[in-house]
Amino acid sequence: MTAGGALRLAPRLTLALMAVPVLAGLAGTLRPALETDALARLLDWPGLPRAVTLSLVTGCGATLLSLAITLGLVAALQGGRLFALILRLLSPLLAVPHAAAALGLAFLLAPSGWIARALSPWATGWTQPPDLLILNDPAGLALTAGLVVKEVPFLLLILIAALPQADAAQRLTLMASLGYGRVAGWMLSVLPAVWPQIRPAVYAVLAYSMTAVDMALVLGPTLPPTLSAQLVLWMTGPDLAIRPVAAAGALVQLGLVLLALALLRCGEFGVARLGCRLALTGRRGIRADRWLGPLAGGAGLLVVAVMAGSMAGLALWSLAGPWVFPNALPDHLGLKAWVRAAPGLGPAARDTLLLAALSTALATGLVLACLEAESRFGLTPGSRALWLLWLPLIMPQVAFLPGLAVLGLRTGVDGSLGAVAAAHLVFVLPYVFLSLASPWRAWDPRIAVAGAALGATPGRIFWRLRLPMLLRPILTAAAVGFAVSVGQYLPTLLIGGGRVTTLTTEAVALSSGGNRRIIGTYAMLQLALPLLAFALALALPAALFRNRLGMRAGG
Amino acid sequence: MNGLVLDRLEVRAKGALIVALDAEVKPGEVLTIMGPSGSGKSTALAAIIGTLGPDFRLSGRLVLDGRDVTGLPTRARGIGLLFQDDVLFPHLSVGGNLAFALPAALRGRSARRAAVEAALAKAGLAGFADRDPGTLSGGERARVALMRTLLAEPRALLLDEPFSRLDAGLRDRIRAFVLDLIRAEGIPAILVTHQQDDARAAGGRIIDPQGRPVSPGT
Repeated sequence: MTAGGALRLAPRLTLALMAVPVLAGLAGTLRPALETDALARLLDWPGLPRAVTLSLVTGCGATLLSLAITLGLVAALQGGRLFALILRLLSPLLAVPHAAAALGLAFLLAPSGWIARALSPWATGWTQPPDLLILNDPAGLALTAGLVVKEVPFLLLILIAALPQADAAQRLTLMASLGYGRVAGWMLSVLPAVWPQIRPAVYAVLAYSMTAVDMALVLGPTLPPTLSAQLVLWMTGPDLAIRPVAAAGALVQLGLVLLALALLRCGEFGVARLGCRLALTGRRGIRADRWLGPLAGGAGLLVVAVMAGSMAGLALWSLAGPWVFPNALPDHLGLKAWVRAAPGLGPAARDTLLLAALSTALATGLVLACLEAESRFGLTPGSRALWLLWLPLIMPQVAFLPGLAVLGLRTGVDGSLGAVAAAHLVFVLPYVFLSLASPWRAWDPRIAVAGAALGATPGRIFWRLRLPMLLRPILTAAAVGFAVSVGQYLPTLLIGGGRVTTLTTEAVALSSGGNRRIIGTYAMLQLALPLLAFALALALPAALFRNRLGMRAGG
Repeated sequence: MNGLVLDRLEVRAKGALIVALDAEVKPGEVLTIMGPSGSGKSTALAAIIGTLGPDFRLSGRLVLDGRDVTGLPTRARGIGLLFQDDVLFPHLSVGGNLAFALPAALRGRSARRAAVEAALAKAGLAGFADRDPGTLSGGERARVALMRTLLAEPRALLLDEPFSRLDAGLRDRIRAFVLDLIRAEGIPAILVTHQQDDARAAGGRIIDPQGRPVSPGT
């Protein structure tokens, strides 16, 4: 087969790599659930109603709250200085792995956490940590907060990327000239146009929020935890007899997510009808701007502050010497915890790096092949192909990863780095594709024509012109993929069969133990790797093209 | 025979005839295709260079120096292209842009470097090889773009309004430079433009995209 022929198959191969593991995994998970009395045993579990409710309430609550903050920020403040500030502070937070964010928030909120220490004893009167369930609270408020601070940066960046295609600036000017308030004008004219583009991301956020295991284990309630967290405890626990019950639970979890997605879809129709009716009344909504702007800005700044505090707390604890409770700061700083953790940190960091490098390299190669095939053969992905791409992000991980793990066990590849990297690829690739597709398509096509008119082959145009010119967005997309891989918890845990240890699995495993200094070192290193990747993605093109004006930002 | 022959070259889209060209361009001659925007100029250009989209239907032949190039991809046609903008590759130096165009058959670092230096000297840009194209003036960029096109040793040239973005003073000088080089090298050329003074300066026949003669200044 010629290189061109293989390239033509790249998009299909890639979609198959996304869809087949998800569907095969689903089938593998659900079969044991249907064959035995597992479902009946699950229904007998007294914690079920509570676990189901928690999953629904925290997941839907976090999604709606994140969505409200994101839409509010863009609708009320975009174009202003406050918005630019919030955006600049939030963008790097996208690189923070979920586990690190959860651990940082836990260090902040716990009864003996940084907030309590900062306020004690002068404001609270506490001289020792109070006996309060602030963290792991039964209502799941801490978990909801953790999900919100992690999802707002994601939704915000997706929304901002979608705005130009929706002609947002022009629509806003038009609405303003008709006398509409900012927020009302945005909601009535821009939201309907951007919603179809951000819909898959919102669905992914909903599905993720309902089923996140690492965040739920750190921040969520216990006895019972959320449904997904309980399922993973069963799946990885010593009691083999409970495994079919876990499979039945995965079936229930899948049903719950599909139900929530259906509810969201109905909600979309409802909001659309309401919007149409509101538009007909001709109400301009001027007064709403007065309080919505400050509210959205305040919420955005709060998200930034919580994340910044969490990260600073992680760093501080990893370096803390003696630190008695009501003191706001440790007595002195040192590297003792790092030295003690080093024997474990080293191998975990090495495997984390290997997995991330492997899955990111593969994902970036496949995405480049897909995009090159798209431009060379004029293939444009249909909306069905795009939904397939989102499939691994919308399907609950806990519903298809166990089946995949069983498959890995049968074929004997479970527990190997290669199998875990392949599982990571399923989640890394969609993000790499989503971040690279628009800069790729925005490349000036005349460059390719100019190259061809000079006699260059398609291969030479790709390697010598397109690749170097798009080096910055390609490396940025790779850094996004790298960060996604570093943050993976469940795929590493289940496909690795407990034999592959990364910074993420180790940090979550340590979180129940409560040695904050050691946890701090793992979380800091987990956070440092993606940041390093992003720094490289920015520095490398800047250094290579330091003498090329035409390659500066926006060029 | 030498030169570029447009042998009843026709382009249709949804049945409508957009381009109909039947002409012969001799070495060193410049044929001008003139018309307002929307008249089919860019379709004619795409048909000649080989970048027509799938919605267009092409009939007729394009013969260059006796060889039928109608079915060949852009890179194999031997037709050089000058854009409205210079479209220099921003990540390569001036010398890198020129070396990209040099045929691979010219081997050896120093030989390639010498060919680049010679081309630069010819354009009055001696010593520019290591410069960043982003730091050049509009006129310098236009000259680099022309030399890049010529270094690929094209057997015909297609000029897509290459002077329209230059300011008035520069425009006449660059145009004279380009047209003189075409005549000196004996290359058949097609100039696509909507500017009458470009058409007049080219000095050859002037037709519209449907092949009807146009008289400049009317």
